[in-house]
Formats: sequence, structure tokens, C-alpha cells
Amino acid sequence: MDAKEKNTLPRGSDQKEWDRIAASEEFRHLLALKKRFILPAFLFFFVYYFALPVSIGYAPKFMSACVLGTVNLAYLFALSQFVVGWIIAWAYLRAAAKFDRLTKDLLQKSAGAQGGR
Amino acid sequence: MSASLAVFLAFVLSTLAITFWAAQRSHGASAYFAAGRQISAWQNGFAVAGDFMSAASFLGIVGLIALQGFDGFLYSVGGLVAFVTILLLVAEPLRNAGKYTVGDVLAFRLRPRPVRAMAALSTLTIITFYMIAQMVGAGALVTLLLTGSGISFDMAVVGVGILMMVYVIFGGMLATTWVQIVKAMLLLSCTVILTILVLGHFHFHLGEFFSAASRVAYHQKGQLVVKDFLQPGLRYKPPYGALDLISLGMAFVFGTAGAPHVLVRFYTVPDAQTARKSVVWAMMLIGSFFIMTSVLGLGAATIVGPDFIVTHGGTNLSGPLLAQALAGDIFLAFVSAVAFATILAVVAGLTISAATSFAHDFWTNVIHSGAERKSGETVLVARITAFAVGAFSILVAILLGPAANVGILATLGMSVAASASFPVILLSVFWRRFNTAGAVAGLSVGLLAAIGLILAGPNFMGIDPSNATATARHLIQARAWFPLENPGILSVPLGFLAACVGTLIGNEPSAEAKFNELMVRANTGLGAEKAATH
Repeated sequence: MDAKEKNTLPRGSDQKEWDRIAASEEFRHLLALKKRFILPAFLFFFVYYFALPVSIGYAPKFMSACVLGTVNLAYLFALSQFVVGWIIAWAYLRAAAKFDRLTKDLLQKSAGAQGGR
Repeated sequence: MSASLAVFLAFVLSTLAITFWAAQRSHGASAYFAAGRQISAWQNGFAVAGDFMSAASFLGIVGLIALQGFDGFLYSVGGLVAFVTILLLVAEPLRNAGKYTVGDVLAFRLRPRPVRAMAALSTLTIITFYMIAQMVGAGALVTLLLTGSGISFDMAVVGVGILMMVYVIFGGMLATTWVQIVKAMLLLSCTVILTILVLGHFHFHLGEFFSAASRVAYHQKGQLVVKDFLQPGLRYKPPYGALDLISLGMAFVFGTAGAPHVLVRFYTVPDAQTARKSVVWAMMLIGSFFIMTSVLGLGAATIVGPDFIVTHGGTNLSGPLLAQALAGDIFLAFVSAVAFATILAVVAGLTISAATSFAHDFWTNVIHSGAERKSGETVLVARITAFAVGAFSILVAILLGPAANVGILATLGMSVAASASFPVILLSVFWRRFNTAGAVAGLSVGLLAAIGLILAGPNFMGIDPSNATATARHLIQARAWFPLENPGILSVPLGFLAACVGTLIGNEPSAEAKFNELMVRANTGLGAEKAATH
């Protein structure tokens, strides 16, 4: 059973094979694209989220100002965290669909290159 | 009383049926530990949400909001944002490069024995914290519900413990996952109904609801006070409140991404794409749930009132007491049964991740260097571990009783995960130079720093007035050495620092050489563990 679980690895799946894929143009392109989405997305999320404890911790008066009836800025800012979290998730799903396509191409090409050897 | 018992028994019977069904399908290690990797995206989304919407959140966070208003709501916000980290950084690489545990990913290019031994140790520590939180919640519920029914607290805890052992020992991950899914649905519907009832109480007029929440009257040190529960600052006060809030945020943002019982769920799906979609499912469910906890918490504060909560079972029972105030004893029974089911399911999830880590990481890979001496031995050891963990937690629960807020206890577990597991997971996947010395240093320093600071902080240290009741007393009667409740702001950087320093001191060319392989596997899914075929 355990043997059946394994994906069929590229033939001759030794260190060289992994190094070859890692060095390939396509793989580096994929990594660069991922980095270009994930890094800014995570940093934005990080800053936006920690702005909440920082602002209510250090400017509680300002954050307690009522903006909608008795609802204050702090509560609205906290609620907005949910919306921002969902938007990041949605954006990532879209970006990841592209990563999936690139990965599929890359794996096909890699398998092809091996067949040619 | 009988209604509560009926709902609870119906849940127990259906979960036992699930366990029986799962036991028939579970053959082999991958079936036992990872549900054959055949859980779909929505199913895993519900299961992850179920793991996260524990008694700690349903009982604990609602209680925090009911007594301390907006500051308690920050726990709810943390619950959602935690999954952004998992989605962007952790879920997919982990699914692609591991087999059953976080230890697999670490052991991939590092020396397996020290790394797995440390990973198993930190997993067991984190799970113990969560487990204590769940059991304290169970204790609180039992004291509310079963007084006068002839069932004692001890008997109820033993009952819960035995059920949880049955799920895990016979049904494995498949049964545990389905128990979790069923419970997540129950808990969500219960929360939706309660939310509607609360809003209905205010004639579905949000302005009326929030204006009531801005004037909550209760007694503080014998004096009647009126506080705006939408305002920050009722829990986290100067001079250290702001730092404590940031520290709490660190526990959420990094801790959930290091929480073993959440991470094991990503091994139950067929591939990284499904893992990703399941995180998004979980985010939808968890987000909606946690927004509703603020309605329930503020509802409990306004409709039930902090005075009544404190004198009728305490902070952890705000949700059930709200149900009673809104719809009478029958609904109280229903809500309590659901809360109880939640505890049962989460404890089962915690137990299986502890058992998996011990059997797979420690027994098979550390003691026996990765070789099973007999086929099926790992699964057998996991079953025995589940039994031991179950027995241990029954004992702890009987010793503890309903003392602290369970939401806070669970957050401390997350602080440990954030300081010990998360830095090491992240660096091993993203830093070529990372090595065994770094992993061992990061795990041990992170673990020690988090636990040390928790023990030296105001949750455990403090001087109580001599008239304080035994359950409310601090464990160590001395001024707290560390002023913050949450250690994250110091312990997370310490964990990272130790991991980096350890790496720079150590030198391990073989770990660097295997980085390319890990990177390709993690990013493409090449060579990843596949779903079992039937």
C-alpha cells in the first residue's frame, strides 16, 4: 500500500535530477512569480493586522471615537480585518491558479526532457 | 436536563456509527494517520474549522467578550487572521513535502533523529496546553448541567475520555475527521440560531443592539459601574496592555501556523491544491463564526449581564447562559450538548495528532531509525499512545476543575507553537543554509522561552488576597517576573534568533545540498504522497 502511495518520481530521481529542475528557467520563473505575490501579500497583511493592536494599544482615545451611532473606530477596524483576510484569500486563489498552470507545464516539460535523454 | 442528555446521546451514537464505518475502511498507516488522503476540500475546511472552533472559542471567547467587551473580540479577529499565514506560507509546502507530521518536513533535509525527537516533544507540549483548555471547559459545563442529576464531575470526565479513546483508537483519522465535520456543522448552526435570537431580542435593529452594548452596568469591587463594551481597554490596560495585545497577535499570526493538530489536517487531502482550497473554506467558516461570537458575547453582556454570569458558573458559561435567557431550559440543554460535543471532537483531534507525532516521529523514526520492525507497528504504537494520552488527560481534568478562562489557556498553547514550531518550519522551507543545529536550537529555545515566560507571567504568578477562593488563586504566590500574559513578543523573536544562531554555528553541507530537492518538491508537488487508491 505504501509503495502505491508514492508518486512516480522522475526516472533516475537522484540529486542531479532535482538540481536540474531547480536550476531550470521555468522553475525559477515560477518561484519568482510566487515570491512576487506572496511576499507583498504577507507583508501587507502583517502590517494591516498589527496596526490593530498597536492603534488600540497606543491611541485608545482616538480609536474609541464613535463613527456610526455608538459603534467606534476600533470595532469597525477589527471587523475590517475579516474582510481583508477574505480578500487576500480570494486574491491568492486567483494567483495560485496561475502557479498551478505553470507547475503543470514545468512538470510536463521536465518529464519530456528526461524521455529524450 | 433530559433534553440535553437526548441531544448529547444522539451525537454520541452518530459519532460511534461514524467510528464503526471508519474502522472498517481503515487499513494501513496512511488510512489510520491521514484518512487515506481522500478528504475533499470542503470536508477538510469543515474539519479544520472544527478543530479551531473549539470549546476555547465557543465558551472562552464568548465569555471574554461578555465580561470584557471589545478586548475579548480581539481573540476572535486573531482566529481568522491566523489562517492567512497558513494559506500563504505553510499549507501547500507542508502538504507537498511531508507524510504525516511536521517532523517529516523538518527531517527531510536535516538529521532526522534529533530533529524528530524535538519536534515530537514540542508537539506534545503544545497539545497538552490545548487539552487542558478543553478539559477545563468540559468541567465547567458539567458543573452547570449535571448538578443534581446523579452524574458526578469525575464520572462525566471519564465518560468523555473513554469516548475520545474509542474514536481515535478504532477509527483513526477518518473517524476523527468526520466527527469534527459533524460537530462543526452543529456548532455553526447553533451559533447562527443564537445570533438571530440575540438580534431578535433587539428587534433586529443593529443600532439598538450596539447602543445597549455601549452601556453595560455591573458591579466591580462592590460598586455599580457602567462601561462601554465596544471600547478597548477593559482587559488590556496600561502600562503593559499595548505590548500584551501585540504579543497576543503574534500568538495568532504565527501560532496557528505551528499548531500540530491543525497542520496534520493538510495530510488528509489528496494534494496541495485541495489543501489550499480547504484553507479558504475554513476561513469562510471560521470568519463567519468569529464575527458571530462578538454578537453572542455582547448579547450575553447586555441580556444576561456580567453580574449574573460571574455568580452562575463564571466566564466560560456566558454562551450557555445566554441561550437559557433567550429561549429557556430546552435551548440551554441543546447549546450545552453542542458545546460538549465540541469538546469531545476537539479532544479527539488533539489526541490523534499527539499519537501520530509520538508513534511516527518518536517511536518509529527516532527509536527505531525509520524502520518498522513489524508491519503495522506504528499504528499499534499510535493506538497505545492514544490510550495513554486519554488516561493522562482524564487525570489532569479531574485534578484541575473549572478555574481559568479556557480561551486564554488555549492561546498560551498557541504562543508555544508560535515560538517553537513556526520559526523552524518556516526556515526549513525557505532558507537554504538552515541545518540541524538551527532546528534543535530554535525548537528548544522557543519552547523554553515560551513556557518560562508563561510561568513567570501574571497567569501563574501573582499575590492573591487571603480571601480568594482556592480555584482562583495563582499557582505561584509572588509578584510576576514578566509583566505580560502573552509571551509571544519576546519568545517568538527568541525562537527565530536561536534558530539563526544555531544554523550559523553549525555546518551541514548535506542539508544545503538537499535544499533544491525540498524546494522543487514543496513548490511543484513532484513526488508528494498520493491518495490511497481503492
